Amino acid sequence: MTDTILTTRMNAHPSDSHTISRYLNTGGYQSLAQALEKMSPDQVAEEVKASNMRGRGGAGFPTGVKWGFLASGTPRYLVVNCDESEPGTFNDRQLTERDPHQLLEGIIISSYALRVNLAFVYIRGEYPKAARRLQRAIEEAIEAGYLGQNIRGSDFSLDVVIHLGAGAYICGEETALLNSLEGRRGEPRLKPPFPAVEGLYAKPTIVNNVESIANVPWIVTNTGDAYAAIGPERSSGTKMLSMSGHLNAPGNYEIVMGITWRELIFDIGGGIPDGRKLKTWIPGGASAPWFVPDEHLDTLVSFDDVAANGSMIGAGAVIVMDETTNVVEAAHRIVRFFAHESCGQCTPCREGTTWLEAVLKRILDGKGRHEDIELLLDISDNISPGLKWPPAMTTICVLGPSAVSPVTSITRWFMPELEAMIAESEVAVG
Amino acid sequence: MNAVIGHWSHENQKRVEAIIAAYPQRRSAIMPLLYLASLEHRYVSEDAMREVAELVEITPVQVHSVASFYTMFKKNDVGDYIVSVCTSISCYLNGADDVLAAAQETAESVASDSDDDVAVISVEHVECIGACGGATAVQVNYELLEGVTPERAIALVNWLSDTRPEVVLADEMQQLFGGRRSFDWGSTESFGATGPVPAFGPYGSAQEGR
Repeated sequence: MTDTILTTRMNAHPSDSHTISRYLNTGGYQSLAQALEKMSPDQVAEEVKASNMRGRGGAGFPTGVKWGFLASGTPRYLVVNCDESEPGTFNDRQLTERDPHQLLEGIIISSYALRVNLAFVYIRGEYPKAARRLQRAIEEAIEAGYLGQNIRGSDFSLDVVIHLGAGAYICGEETALLNSLEGRRGEPRLKPPFPAVEGLYAKPTIVNNVESIANVPWIVTNTGDAYAAIGPERSSGTKMLSMSGHLNAPGNYEIVMGITWRELIFDIGGGIPDGRKLKTWIPGGASAPWFVPDEHLDTLVSFDDVAANGSMIGAGAVIVMDETTNVVEAAHRIVRFFAHESCGQCTPCREGTTWLEAVLKRILDGKGRHEDIELLLDISDNISPGLKWPPAMTTICVLGPSAVSPVTSITRWFMPELEAMIAESEVAVG
Repeated sequence: MNAVIGHWSHENQKRVEAIIAAYPQRRSAIMPLLYLASLEHRYVSEDAMREVAELVEITPVQVHSVASFYTMFKKNDVGDYIVSVCTSISCYLNGADDVLAAAQETAESVASDSDDDVAVISVEHVECIGACGGATAVQVNYELLEGVTPERAIALVNWLSDTRPEVVLADEMQQLFGGRRSFDWGSTESFGATGPVPAFGPYGSAQEGR
């Protein structure tokens, strides 16, 4: 990869990319100095808007447009979402552990642009090293005068507080995250009001993903137009993809979108181990409908191309399954995850995910019935009518419909395998 | 502010004040205080929840409602080491079920050979812990190791039982029992976990190891 934004420093200086000394001698905090000395807050926000960067947390909503919704009034807050918990994603962990100052500089510049004086970083409890690294970066930045009161002699002041989660995927949903940060159960809120109007403590709040915020220093230094010029239209900039499953070279890759899935899986991901064949892959984390080789290998990796094929880039997790995979068990794993993580507020999700898990388990245990396929689809349709993506909603948030994706994927692409498994158990039962 | 902090240690009383002061509203301190309480009481006991309720000025039932929502607030004594094996999709595809079984069997056999009331090592299966490129991923007191096989899981549990490390260090475990990682970890980190709570300075749960 030649065009990297986020991983340049950690690739060049693997041993100490997290320290302030390395950060400073590789151009660190110069974007902040530039913003404070030469740009108004609105000018910074304009650059982010011009970048056309789409939010990296999963929904893909343009970050600059989101910022534009922030209501007036004080106090107002920036909350950075590092509750990365979608099965298959691990890019925010790398960005936070390996280059915490890059993230912190993004937080400081973004807070300046949004006229925020208190920012929170919500880090999942299972990422203590990321929290330690970022906490150390905060202390170093305060000592060096890049954070705290009257930053570099300006009238801009900022505190950054790290808040650890405690094992709840749903807190990655931004309104659930805000409830959690307020000391409540992590249950999503009905929208509207949106957080930009009534967010943390009912005050105007912007919630952004780690990867989105980590791009901000580069955008300020190089301009939004330069960022927008990278990659395909509406998929501008670079994207961190977390690649896992049956791959020779799993890992995080910072890519420019617009390549094909074939290139991504076989060139960048190194292909499938031991010469086995590719069976299916999930293009955007456990929530996303699956892709298959016959249909999608030459589809482009971009927000719009994936959406046009009924799935999503999401938070950038690519999960690859080879020909040996039992797709019913794989679907069950994912459904089990959503059943476990459902917050329980909405009946279709709470009951539906539990039933989907139970029916898939029954099939796996050799007790499947032929009508189970219809039952799976009927339950799914009650969670998300029409079984399409992006999903129709009967619930406050998109967790319920996410549990439907593996079911519709196996019934759409692997029906003979599912039917054969049920037929076998019917023979066995007699 | 007239904080009632029961029998918590002096250091933790100071941490309580700092944590509450970090937020615009006291209630936001519930989660960090539940972690502090877990260090004091080994888990989130009824007493701990009552103390946290007094500190943030809400009812114990409200604290209970929050504590019960999150899986990392343990409601009973998990011993000195909690071993969390990921069995979500990417780890499952790479053999996590066998790793979990190996860890569980080893922990059971270690426990049956000892006469402790509470097992020193608890093994649990968890959903994705964000280390999918290094499947199978395991955490000990939330410190990570990646590329774990059943054989390495057995060795890990035996090592915990034999050496009883005071500070659990990710790099040390990775070097002894780990395999392929999600990404280069960079230089060795000297801080680790002192108990089954995420190791984080402001919570008093991180310590420098050897």
